[in-house]
Amino acid sequence: MTTSFRFDPAELPPEARELRQEVRAFLAAEAEAGTFSPHRGKGGFSREFSRKLGARGWIGMTWPKKYGGHERSQLERYVVTEELLAAHAPTRAHSTADRQSGPVILRYGQEEIRQQILPRIAAGELCFCIGLSEPNSGSDVFAASTRATKTDGGWLVNGRKIWTSNAHEADYMIALLRTSPSTKENRRHGLTQFLVEMKTPGIATRPIINLTGGHDFNEVVFDDAFLPDSHLIGEVDMAWKQATDELAYERSGPDRWIETLSALTELVRVAGDEPSEHLAEGIGRQIAHLATLRRMSLSVAGMLQAGKTPAVESAVVKDLGTNFEQALPDKVRLLAPPPGDAQPDGNDDRFEEALRYTTLIAPKLTIQGGTREVLRGIIARGLGLR
Amino acid sequence: MSDATDDIIVDTATRIFQDLCLPATINDAEKGVWPKALWDALEASGLTVAWVAEDLGGAGAAMADGFAVLRAAGRFAAPVPLAETLMAGWLLARAGIPAPGGPLTIAPVHADGDIALGGDGRLAGRARRVPFARNAAHIAVLVRRGDERAVALVAASGLPISHDQSLAGEPRDTVSFDGATPETVKPTDINLDMLQRLGAAVRSQQIAGALEKILEQSVQYALDRSQFGRPIAKFQAVQHNLATLAGEVAAAGAAADLAAEACAGTDFGIAEIAIAKVRAGEAAGNGAAIAHQVHGAMGFTYEHTLHHATRRLWSWREEFGNEAVWATRLGQLVAAEGADRLWPFVTQHT
Repeated sequence: MTTSFRFDPAELPPEARELRQEVRAFLAAEAEAGTFSPHRGKGGFSREFSRKLGARGWIGMTWPKKYGGHERSQLERYVVTEELLAAHAPTRAHSTADRQSGPVILRYGQEEIRQQILPRIAAGELCFCIGLSEPNSGSDVFAASTRATKTDGGWLVNGRKIWTSNAHEADYMIALLRTSPSTKENRRHGLTQFLVEMKTPGIATRPIINLTGGHDFNEVVFDDAFLPDSHLIGEVDMAWKQATDELAYERSGPDRWIETLSALTELVRVAGDEPSEHLAEGIGRQIAHLATLRRMSLSVAGMLQAGKTPAVESAVVKDLGTNFEQALPDKVRLLAPPPGDAQPDGNDDRFEEALRYTTLIAPKLTIQGGTREVLRGIIARGLGLR
Repeated sequence: MSDATDDIIVDTATRIFQDLCLPATINDAEKGVWPKALWDALEASGLTVAWVAEDLGGAGAAMADGFAVLRAAGRFAAPVPLAETLMAGWLLARAGIPAPGGPLTIAPVHADGDIALGGDGRLAGRARRVPFARNAAHIAVLVRRGDERAVALVAASGLPISHDQSLAGEPRDTVSFDGATPETVKPTDINLDMLQRLGAAVRSQQIAGALEKILEQSVQYALDRSQFGRPIAKFQAVQHNLATLAGEVAAAGAAADLAAEACAGTDFGIAEIAIAKVRAGEAAGNGAAIAHQVHGAMGFTYEHTLHHATRRLWSWREEFGNEAVWATRLGQLVAAEGADRLWPFVTQHT
């Protein structure tokens, strides 16, 4: 019996290395021009920036050319993604569509919708959000009760989604809606995925301000919102079959271990080039975790490229990765030289800003996109324990 | 590591371990019984000279193949100096010295080691905690000759060896080289730091193997052991502990592979090896703790085999530089490059 999971080593092809240099040059020029500040570490939302990336062919990179894609490899896409995230570039306007919504439409969407939507995502023109959680259905995704009822030429939607990131900015949502009751044999039965245009009459979006004071997530209320038949994605009542591989893409990417990197980078800046042994050791330990996670995450990208579906391995990367990025600000805090009046302002202020921001966002990292508890359940199932 | 040659070599090693490295073999070895059948089978298969070129009497296998065998040896807690013989063979071969038969080990194993070769052709100095010295036929010694480095092949018989052991019960002996005359001496481009790096990569790989074993044992135990009317595997707290263990196992494996790849290159990349020894070392401690928690009192007995792996994990994480030593070196490297090079450093070295 072999219970360990497989992380095949992935080697980046030469074209991916050239691509990395292109992305770095682009980001350096943008940072220089003041488009974004790498040390702020907030990612951020900029349709203009997303359109620039689209123009360079860095969105929808792996999709077929006939849908506006570029038919490049998962590993090339991986390189672009990690460079954008490591630089804390403003990618929120397109990242959900690029990572999740686009691939779902490509795989399960109707042809008319593919032709209409995918080229616009690839151009960086469309922002997507994901309608999963509801007031009474959080980690228990398949308990969703927001209902889509069949009507002439389409469906009528009623109910509420909550914790929906970017709903207030998004052009479209991919929503998981109840079309039938669950069955005794399969409690995951009866849910269907739909494309929802956010401007549809009967949809109201209300902000939920998070503890950083920022507006990211929302409540979305549906009141007899009409969705045309063409917006049905995949099979009615069978969304549970479609959701599984989507998660392999979602869970292993660099965004699952890189979000608080600015705290470590700015610590290295205040540490100077000859830190104390204690500080060097602290930095080294975190680098060892970071580098190992990066290797594992890249390995999953390589396995996806090879046509495998490493769903459990993805859960392992996300569990390790989010625990690392969540703990990082706290490790950094205790390693930093004590603040003092004699220190130069610039570096110290950048450090403080990065540490404050990453400390505040840390709690969400092991909740969003599947809680730690859900992930460990998936891993335990992979081990044959349940 | 998945190509065909690897698979054949690892399959061969695994078969030998399955047949000849039994729990009793490991317990007997701790009592001082040399596992002759196991060693002879490994030697007959050519696995012990994997890192020696064919023209020097070795198998001429790739570095990666040797590391894959060491992962398997770690899984089985093989109580023989296979890792040490591979390293010694490599050190000798790099200096053009053919591999002698029989079990080998290396000295010194510490970063401040200092064995001198005098003008009279005699050695001076001692090495502490030399693995399996009492079992070795020869020791490959990295010596200082004036300002130069050389490799000396020294017969172990006749050397004063005082016995000590690791907390896994494996021999870690003090060897005095004072007055000894080597059989062969050749100059080398290898220094003590390179030897430390190779040792750290080797121990990382053995750690990864032993962690795979304790995951397997812990999962099986949780499925077999019933409490409160059901297998403890059905309790969420136990499931989550085992999921965490699986993560540590995966991380150690990925990190160890990184170091193995670095050793296939010429410069034994220090960053990659540091990353591996820090991460694998942390995983060793975290993983062993969870495995013991899952096994309860049973796993704390000598009778149960869990300690074959966990005691080795605790000993291997200390050897050739523990997490603190390598993390400090790694942190110094990153700091010297500066904050703006941190991310490029990570992408370059993974």
